Amino acid sequence: MMAPLFSSKLLLVLLFGTLFGLVLGVLPGLGPTTGGALILPFTMTLDPLSAIILLTSIYCAGTYGGAITAVLINTPGTPAAAATCLDGYPLAQKGEAGRALGMATVSSTVGGIFSVIVLVFFAPILANLAYEFGQPEYFALAIFGLTMLASIGDGSPIKNLIAGAFGILISTVGKDFMTSIDRFTYGINELSVGIGFIPVVVGLFAISEMLTQSTLLDQVFKRVALKAVKLPTKDDYKKTWKTILRSSGIGSFIGVLPAEGGTVASLIGYSEAKRFSKNPEEFGKGSVEGIAGAEAANNAATGGAMVPTLALGIPGSATTAVILTGLIIHGVRPGPDLFKEQPEFLYGIFGAMLVANVLFFIFGFFGAKIFARITLVPNKILWPMIFAVSVCGTYSLSQSIIDVWIMLFFGVLGFFMRRYGFSVVPVIIGLILGELVEGTLRQSIVIFDGNWLMFLTRPIALTFFILSLIALAFPLIRSKKIKNSYD
Amino acid sequence: MNNVHDKKRANKSLPFFFRTEFKVFFVIILVSAILLISTFSFDTVPPILNRGIQPATFPKGLLVLIIALTSIIYYLSFKKPWKKEKSLPKSFFLTILSFIIFIIISKNLDFFLAISVLSIFVSYYWGERRIFYLLLVSIIFPLVVFIFFEMILGLRFPPGIITNLYYY
Repeated sequence: MMAPLFSSKLLLVLLFGTLFGLVLGVLPGLGPTTGGALILPFTMTLDPLSAIILLTSIYCAGTYGGAITAVLINTPGTPAAAATCLDGYPLAQKGEAGRALGMATVSSTVGGIFSVIVLVFFAPILANLAYEFGQPEYFALAIFGLTMLASIGDGSPIKNLIAGAFGILISTVGKDFMTSIDRFTYGINELSVGIGFIPVVVGLFAISEMLTQSTLLDQVFKRVALKAVKLPTKDDYKKTWKTILRSSGIGSFIGVLPAEGGTVASLIGYSEAKRFSKNPEEFGKGSVEGIAGAEAANNAATGGAMVPTLALGIPGSATTAVILTGLIIHGVRPGPDLFKEQPEFLYGIFGAMLVANVLFFIFGFFGAKIFARITLVPNKILWPMIFAVSVCGTYSLSQSIIDVWIMLFFGVLGFFMRRYGFSVVPVIIGLILGELVEGTLRQSIVIFDGNWLMFLTRPIALTFFILSLIALAFPLIRSKKIKNSYD
Repeated sequence: MNNVHDKKRANKSLPFFFRTEFKVFFVIILVSAILLISTFSFDTVPPILNRGIQPATFPKGLLVLIIALTSIIYYLSFKKPWKKEKSLPKSFFLTILSFIIFIIISKNLDFFLAISVLSIFVSYYWGERRIFYLLLVSIIFPLVVFIFFEMILGLRFPPGIITNLYYY
């Protein structure tokens, strides 16, 4: 599995990706999704394996990096680290920031490595299963993925579904891929090729965040001093090993579900850690179990989310949607054939994720203090720079100025979406699944000769439709559970 | 907790058309309706070529779904009003203004000049007054980005008064 990595170039890419991911994770507002989208144009100079290794190492390290700011300034560097704030910051306030970060680093690493093992075993099984899938099954699977959007984050499920439907709608702009008829182009030639993924992602994540930061200029972070990261004590290990393993399992499972990601995983990992704890009253006051529960789960979701991405071409999270785009841009078609025809490529990715988890452990353990200083870069300098990279990166993919306007439009739209409680992640997932949903639906209708009820005669498709109904009910169940846990 | 309730009450006391939930509902419905109407002008294909459904059918379905779901969230907001958001500060509008200036300059003068102007504008209005840092964000960094994209990625940027100095 590690053999493809024994090249100085790949190791360098991995090292850079991990460091860059940590920086992105540490900076509130940025994260692996935005960072991945920004770096995607730069990967064009790399071969496919190096490009995907770069993106996956950013994903793994960025997810962990969010914990550093969560512990030290009570602001999650990434949404997936929101639950880490609940106990990380109170523990840091007690003068134990090193212990809190040590626990976050160890549990993130264990969760991450656990999820890579899950990825290695389950992705090929799922890929084999995908050989049984026809167009109706893929359609039902995509619908399942979209209904899972209802439970992304802790916002309103209906708003998430609206955002998902909007994402699919964006994918219909341009020439219809089956009949070449223009849709929503309004005579603008550049729109005939459709709206690109990168302008939308960069707009919704980077530019909308820039606008959000423009409203928070008076915000002052209270920073807790960090002397050094401390490895957990024997007592801490005794207290948390079950929590870490449980959360690793939960995180990997949640990650495998289409469209779900680290944010949901960490919330559930945290609430389950509290439910099983012998000292639930300590949660929210600096419990190491709370930190372990949230961090193991969000990093475990990274490997889990790669399972449907690689095996089926259905993104497991927003960042894996960017990775999926990276695969497609580099001419790699995810799905069962990838496992059959390019196993070395996949082993390279698996190995890289494993090494990235070890690397961020080392960097986090020895360098958290330095990474924490990155948050000292003032927004008034950082964001104009991010804007310059966003604009050039967006322009570079198609060398189209229209893409830059689209990016700015989605930046403003994303700001207002977030302001009024609409998550932007479903838009991304909807956009990437849009073509699959429409294409498989239309082909299924041709196969069924226009009889929609025939979907119900296909057992796998029917199973996915039933799972979709369960997915729609899931946010209600989860919010009740989490509410009980926080009470 | 009290503050949240106060905010909710404040929002509920407003006439319905001033409430956030109505404004959001109205904008989504209006845009969806316009898009839905425009789908009726899409070309149609003969049945033998339409691959199951006409090209307009799928977007139509999506727009109807969006309208239906938006109506549901508006209905639910009667029971549970949204909290009132703080009004947007001046710095937000200045950032939006900088985007507009960026579009105008990049379209008419130069892509990199537009980046420089936006950077210095945003940095200044966000509170940066030190000349070195203003130069860093407006000249040094865009120059580094230009060199990187031009030389390493081999990208050709749109022509303009500054970019042409390099290209010609």
